[in-house]
Amino acid sequence: MQPFPEPDLSTSTEPLAFQDLILTLHRYWGEQGCAILQPYDIEVGAGTLHPATVLRALGPKPWKAAYVQPSRRPGDGRYGENPNRLQHYYQYQVILKPNPDNLQELYLGSLAAIGIDPKLHDIRFVEDDWENPTVGAWGLGWEVWCDGMEVTQFTYFQGVGGIEVDVVSGELTYGLERLAMYVQGVDNVYDLKFTKEGLTYGEVFLENERQQSEANFHGYDVDGLKRRFEDMAAEVSRLLDMRGPQGQPLVLPAYDQVLKASHLFNLMDARGAIAVAERQSYIGRIRELCKACALAYVEQERKTA
Amino acid sequence: MPQLLLEIFSEEIPARMQQGAARDLERMATERLKAAGLTWDGLTTYAGPRRLTLVVDGLPAATPDREDEMKGPKASAPEQALEGFLRKTGLTRDQLVERDGVLFAVISQQGQATPGLIPGMVDQIIRNFPWPKSMRWGSGTLRWVRPIKRILCIFDGHVVPFEIDGIPSDAITEGHRFLGSGAPFAVSDFVDYRHKLEREHVLIDVADRKLRILEQAKAACAAKGLSLVDDDGLLDEVAGLAEWPTPILGDMDPQFLSLPPEVVRLSMKVHQKYFAVRDPSKEGLAPNFLVVANVEATDGGKALAAGNSRVLSARLNDARFFWDEDQKVGFDAWNAKLSGVTFHAKLGTLAERVERIAALAREIAPLVGADADQAETAARLSKADLASGMVGEFPELQGVMGGYYARLAGQPDAVADAIRDHYKPQGPADTVPTAPVTVAVALADKLDTLVGFFAIDEKPTGSKDPFALRRAALGVIRLVLENGVRGSLVEMMKPAGTMIIAGRKMSADTKYSADLLAFFVDRLTVLLRDRGQRHDLVAAVFALGDDDLVRIVRRVEALAAFLATDDGANLLAGYKRASNILRAEEKKGPVPTGMVRTGLPNQPEPETALAFAVGAAQTAVDIALDAEDFAAAMTALAALRAPVDAFFTDVLVNSDVVEERENRLKLLGQVRDVMGKVADFGQIAG
Repeated sequence: MQPFPEPDLSTSTEPLAFQDLILTLHRYWGEQGCAILQPYDIEVGAGTLHPATVLRALGPKPWKAAYVQPSRRPGDGRYGENPNRLQHYYQYQVILKPNPDNLQELYLGSLAAIGIDPKLHDIRFVEDDWENPTVGAWGLGWEVWCDGMEVTQFTYFQGVGGIEVDVVSGELTYGLERLAMYVQGVDNVYDLKFTKEGLTYGEVFLENERQQSEANFHGYDVDGLKRRFEDMAAEVSRLLDMRGPQGQPLVLPAYDQVLKASHLFNLMDARGAIAVAERQSYIGRIRELCKACALAYVEQERKTA
Repeated sequence: MPQLLLEIFSEEIPARMQQGAARDLERMATERLKAAGLTWDGLTTYAGPRRLTLVVDGLPAATPDREDEMKGPKASAPEQALEGFLRKTGLTRDQLVERDGVLFAVISQQGQATPGLIPGMVDQIIRNFPWPKSMRWGSGTLRWVRPIKRILCIFDGHVVPFEIDGIPSDAITEGHRFLGSGAPFAVSDFVDYRHKLEREHVLIDVADRKLRILEQAKAACAAKGLSLVDDDGLLDEVAGLAEWPTPILGDMDPQFLSLPPEVVRLSMKVHQKYFAVRDPSKEGLAPNFLVVANVEATDGGKALAAGNSRVLSARLNDARFFWDEDQKVGFDAWNAKLSGVTFHAKLGTLAERVERIAALAREIAPLVGADADQAETAARLSKADLASGMVGEFPELQGVMGGYYARLAGQPDAVADAIRDHYKPQGPADTVPTAPVTVAVALADKLDTLVGFFAIDEKPTGSKDPFALRRAALGVIRLVLENGVRGSLVEMMKPAGTMIIAGRKMSADTKYSADLLAFFVDRLTVLLRDRGQRHDLVAAVFALGDDDLVRIVRRVEALAAFLATDDGANLLAGYKRASNILRAEEKKGPVPTGMVRTGLPNQPEPETALAFAVGAAQTAVDIALDAEDFAAAMTALAALRAPVDAFFTDVLVNSDVVEERENRLKLLGQVRDVMGKVADFGQIAG
């Protein structure tokens, strides 16, 4: 069985539809030996936070994966009225551990696969050191520009959860909507062709943006969010203290609670419920929880390596 | 003579780090070659987006043989001392040489072939390279700014073989990522290297890259009757982002020209690294941009120009969103937000600061000929734009946006201009505002900052000046001098001090003004020194207790002119002689003062002449100083030169006759006093 339909680029000058862009990347990275995973089923702000990246980057074991991850940024909602900003959008995430020597060339190959010719367009690697203070992760790399537009974050992970990595992973995060807008020559995200047949991104997501924006900014009950944040935070330490059937700490479920707490924080933030002084303290708490998971995870990984 | 060629080829090096890296490579290579005992004729380094290059010409094939003598213990020293020395040198007792009872070890080192020394040097350079930030990659432990792909190392036409963390040296490099042949190639020496790389679309020298950008950018503009808006900082950056920089002129949607040109330029520069373009026949910007690509596109750049143009439109759409939204919000709402923004924990919120600046601007207004109401209004609105969306996005536009929004809100030009320009002058190269309302607000803004930080004892120390107080003080000085603002600086600071102390409930005896005044004198000295004035003259004039900067500078200038004359230099010498004599006398006891007598029996003529000259000078100096005619005051002093010289030549101060001695001391005292009205000549180096 053919796992993915292969878009026929050789005969077609038609730019890729949104879903064909994803399928092309899946095929390309699948051929590079990546496990093609599905999105994580918990709200996250970035594809990096999927345990397939943030946890697998730790420890000495090799790992290759690619997946699409819906990213939720409650504060970025614009009720579907801004042509570039969404509170829910897709990132295409690739992680290769250890990073292969030719990662830049592999990456450029993926651009060629989706129809970007580097002799026609200006591809540039512009310094951008990535950092996610909430999960204590950092790395060095670039934003990749295509004709002046940032299309990918390219990072060599140096640390995660406040811990220096054993082996460096190369991480690629493609902004799928931007890339598709570029490839299709569209100025408004809602005008993107989702399918070749002409279903638009707007038909799929516009109503979602309207309702979610309203809920993010005015809907959620702040006290309820705060309460749930505390519950989740307490759950993390409890799960980490428990032991699984092989005597391991319950890192994976504990990390799920960290993600949930992090999303609750983002919702509170969008509601304007976080005072300036409280902000650092919330971020610090999430980082500590994440660090606890990372430490437990890396210990387990080194033991079983 | 052999040449060494080293290239460290890596993934893209951040543009901002490249030229520092070229300097570090030069320094480290120089240090290590010297330490190895090598000499050379020329050493050059290059840095670009993917490579650092070192070329050293005229190296010897080997280092010379060397004999070093090391001094040891005395021959009579105890056994342990000798043993220690033998251990240190690795020699035996009979290999040591004795001279004058002291033992010496002669350590001879045979010269080494240069290629043998290179691997160690390169290894040290790479492992100790001071990148501002470095990283590991893959499973290795080596650190570099980005992953190293190749090391090219050739000495005298041959590869110097070594390996660093699994990366072997070779004579091979590769060309441009997209425009090159795609195949790695070997080179034999620097000329071959540079030539082949250029054929492969790589310019290794940043000067060549800049030249190519400027020439082609100007030509592209000129072809359409346009001209490039120069930006050296941007040029430096884009020259570090492309190995084969290729300027392309693109079109911008003209509807965005309705945005303030500052916004368009900044959006282009900060986000997109584009140069702005002007139409010389028109005001403002042209509806174009210039992007420096890293590729000579096969379609002549059409697709990439169109792509960049779309990205720019999206950016400018964002900017226009802020521009439109900001106009719906306005100054009252922004000012209200400022009460939630801390300026400094000990100096309160921005709203408090605005209140102080407004009151201060009102006080200063009459000194600078500004309308007090306008000055207060402008100051009250001066920081509001910090809460606007546009300044949130582009902090560099503070002031500029306030100016635009104030004009749109119907404020008179004087107020809008003051809001726009009140941060000026921002540095020694910046222009100084001259519009009275602007001068009042600019002074108030800086004085509040200076007085505030001095009152909480946050003064600059050494190279640390986190609140840019030196710049603020220089700003005050330049505003005062270039606008001829007259008055006491201490008086000007007073209302700021009173408000800060009362508003922040500080102790009533909080001191700031003496230190701050001394700080101003320091800055003034630096400013005048940069203009070629002697630094000791400011101190000599300031010692008189004046704190009117305009007057101080006029005095300094008159004094400098005077001291440059023969009369001035000689009179200064006479002054020093007089004050030395008086100082010696003062040590013995009280020196007589009072009326100098003339017409005494046997009184030498030069004494009488000097007495009359001093009397005349006193009157003339007083009149001149009253009129602030410092040149005339100097002329009056100049008249003393001949009589002072004659006096010292012909008259003995230390006469045996007490009355004569006392009269002459009184006379010298008067010379010192009259000169002291003009400057403290004692502080001037003779």
